[in-house]
Amino acid sequence: MSSVLYDSPGPLARRRELVGSIVGVLILLGLVGLGLWYAAQRGVFDADRWDVLYDPPKNQTAANVWRSLLVQGLGATLRAAVFAAPLALFLGLLLALWRTARLRWLRVPAIAAIELFRGLPVLLMMFFGFLALGMPAFQAVVFGLVIYNMAIFAEILRAGLASLPKGQAEAAYAVGLTRSQTLMSVLLPQAVRTMMPSLIAQLVVLLKDSSLGFIIGYAELLKSIQNNSQYFGPQYLVALFTVGASIYLVVNLSLSWLARWLERRTSRTSAPARDAEMVAMQASGSGIVSADT
Amino acid sequence: MDVIADNLPAYLQGFSLTLRLTLYAGGLALAIGLVLAAMRVSPLRPMRGFAATYVELLRNTPLTLVFFFIILVAPRFGVLLPLDFIGFAVVALTLYTAAFVCEAIRSGINSVGIGQAEAARAIGLTFGQTLNQVILPQAFRTVIPPLINVFIALAKNTSVAAGFGVVDLMGTGRRLATANPGGVTWVLVGVALGYLVITITLGAIAAQVERKVAFTR
Amino acid sequence: MRSRRGAVALIAAATLALAGCGNGDDADGGTTDPAPDAGETTEPAETTEFPEGSTMAALAEAGTITIGTKFDQPLFGLVGPDGVPEGFDVEIGRIIAEKLGIDDDGIEWVETVSANRETFIENGTVDIVIATYTINDARKELISFAGPYYEAGQSILTLASNEDIQGPDDLAGTRVCTVSGSTPEQNLVANFPDAEVVPFGTYSECLEPLKNGQVDAVSTDNVILAGFAADDAELEVRGEPFTEEPYGIGLAMDDDEFRDWINDVLEEIYEDGTWTAAWESTAGTVLPTPEPPAVDRY
Repeated sequence: MSSVLYDSPGPLARRRELVGSIVGVLILLGLVGLGLWYAAQRGVFDADRWDVLYDPPKNQTAANVWRSLLVQGLGATLRAAVFAAPLALFLGLLLALWRTARLRWLRVPAIAAIELFRGLPVLLMMFFGFLALGMPAFQAVVFGLVIYNMAIFAEILRAGLASLPKGQAEAAYAVGLTRSQTLMSVLLPQAVRTMMPSLIAQLVVLLKDSSLGFIIGYAELLKSIQNNSQYFGPQYLVALFTVGASIYLVVNLSLSWLARWLERRTSRTSAPARDAEMVAMQASGSGIVSADT
Repeated sequence: MDVIADNLPAYLQGFSLTLRLTLYAGGLALAIGLVLAAMRVSPLRPMRGFAATYVELLRNTPLTLVFFFIILVAPRFGVLLPLDFIGFAVVALTLYTAAFVCEAIRSGINSVGIGQAEAARAIGLTFGQTLNQVILPQAFRTVIPPLINVFIALAKNTSVAAGFGVVDLMGTGRRLATANPGGVTWVLVGVALGYLVITITLGAIAAQVERKVAFTR
Repeated sequence: MRSRRGAVALIAAATLALAGCGNGDDADGGTTDPAPDAGETTEPAETTEFPEGSTMAALAEAGTITIGTKFDQPLFGLVGPDGVPEGFDVEIGRIIAEKLGIDDDGIEWVETVSANRETFIENGTVDIVIATYTINDARKELISFAGPYYEAGQSILTLASNEDIQGPDDLAGTRVCTVSGSTPEQNLVANFPDAEVVPFGTYSECLEPLKNGQVDAVSTDNVILAGFAADDAELEVRGEPFTEEPYGIGLAMDDDEFRDWINDVLEEIYEDGTWTAAWESTAGTVLPTPEPPAVDRY
């Protein structure tokens, strides 16, 4: 699309763009450099604010620090996601199937559950598990992630089912498959395949949302950054945060790229890839997936 | 149940703060997201690169991390905004949401038929004219439902501010839960109702608009 | 750290010696052996000492105890990157475990925050909570308290350069940072309606905003504030404590046998100097050593 909005640049324009690019990058680098210089003046980059990463004080070893960040912190983040994701997927699938029930009054509870849980903050559901149900922090985080994401997964699968051409179901009925056979062996596999990028995008959201555990005191990555900076002193916060943010970015970006790679693969073979992209985008905003695609 | 009725003023105060956070951050994110989206389709490569990087980074960073950075880490770099915690929350929510607004608008721009752009270019319109007079007005309609979804997400995301010094709806619930150890469930049900008022209303608007758009298309 | 470990070991040895003497048998077990072995050898003897079916007997039998404590409270319960918390609360927990014949390896430390302490006791996630846990009537309806083992009081921390806040009466119109879900927060909201209470997750998160002028004061128990002030010359504790916060050991509602036993243990360690040694090795490094409070057998 964007390529049609303007002429493809000629030699002069290309040269101008090159100059512009260089100037732009220089200005950006200059600003970043200025910021870093300013920070350096405040001692942000002094060795004694970073030695926590290789030679920590208080008789702790660097191995301890890294273990607390990577094994305990990242480990706890991943553990919450690894426990929550399959559960949410499974329950989301159940809800999506329940939603297809032929009788209206049978369908209603599923629709109500989906609409209710999509409309509430994940954090509130974590608090509900934590304060009202008295769960330990880990369970409360998983509880919040599962309840919220099962509703989102159910909605993504519903959108996937809705995006399939009518002929699929008609053909299945025509060869004599029952309703549930049609759903399970014809429609659902296609819906899951179509919606795979959206599902993975939502998994990234799930992983990101596990950081809300920080607020209820779950010892995930952000919390372990904070615990370390509390233990060693606030002067180490920048160093610890830099490491923690990098870990988050590496993990999330890899997952996002996996989602995009899968999307390219699926878009080659199936038609409604555009819909999938829209849903993925909306889902990754933790938003309500649009009701009609 | 009584817990909700007894603390109605506190709930309303929290609710209005949540609403304000959503409005302020939503407005600012819309403005910044629009600029970012324009940059993403612009002819200038550095602009495209900048906008793409921004969106990619923010979309893959947890919101909690953005809050944490702005309130606790940025001051160590000497970046100290003259704001209260509500202000910080608005900044964090804006920076985060702008990335999603940009994506919503970009997908809207992409949804406009390619022939439209080609025709506009054929009659000699410039990039700015094509975008402003042909593409965006058409993209506007398709962009509304996903944009509303972004704002619904924003309304829910404001709850993160409760962990960072703001007594919004979520923060109010937390405080009331401490004060009423016996009625925690009802306290949180009250909080849930508050969020549902915002998200279900916005969701209904989105569905309405979507039906209209689908009809006219 | 190393010296602190040393102190801990000393306390452990002393406790074991006492336990050994008290039993009258296995006298050589506790004093010379390293802690884990000592725990094993004394265990059978301890088990028989406790009444059949009591919580103490069950814990001693299992050889493990789950203790809830704060992980983010300097001087009382602060976790290091090795995952082991340290502080006065932690020492008290260790002493109680030792008295049950449970060694360090048998203690599972669970992080409790202000908001979840009662629920963790009620649903059995933890056996006891030692977490700067103020004894009050609302909580007594849900759980039982042994102790107090320390008396704190809510106070105010502000910048040394801030002359406007000298005590609680000056809080009106200021921004006061505290931890959401804590007793100090409830107290501020209820008794200082003119102050804007800013809630954060931990007290240390309050320090950056305090130094940057985004909040005017931090308010919580004096001992916690004193720890921060001791670390940083820019900060000062102002005025006398304006509440009484007796720290108790939380346990299951109406487990009177267990409560009485913990109270006995506390009185015993007040007498024999173990309590003082525990204080001096932790909070006592920056704070003066107080007199232990009288146990309240309500």
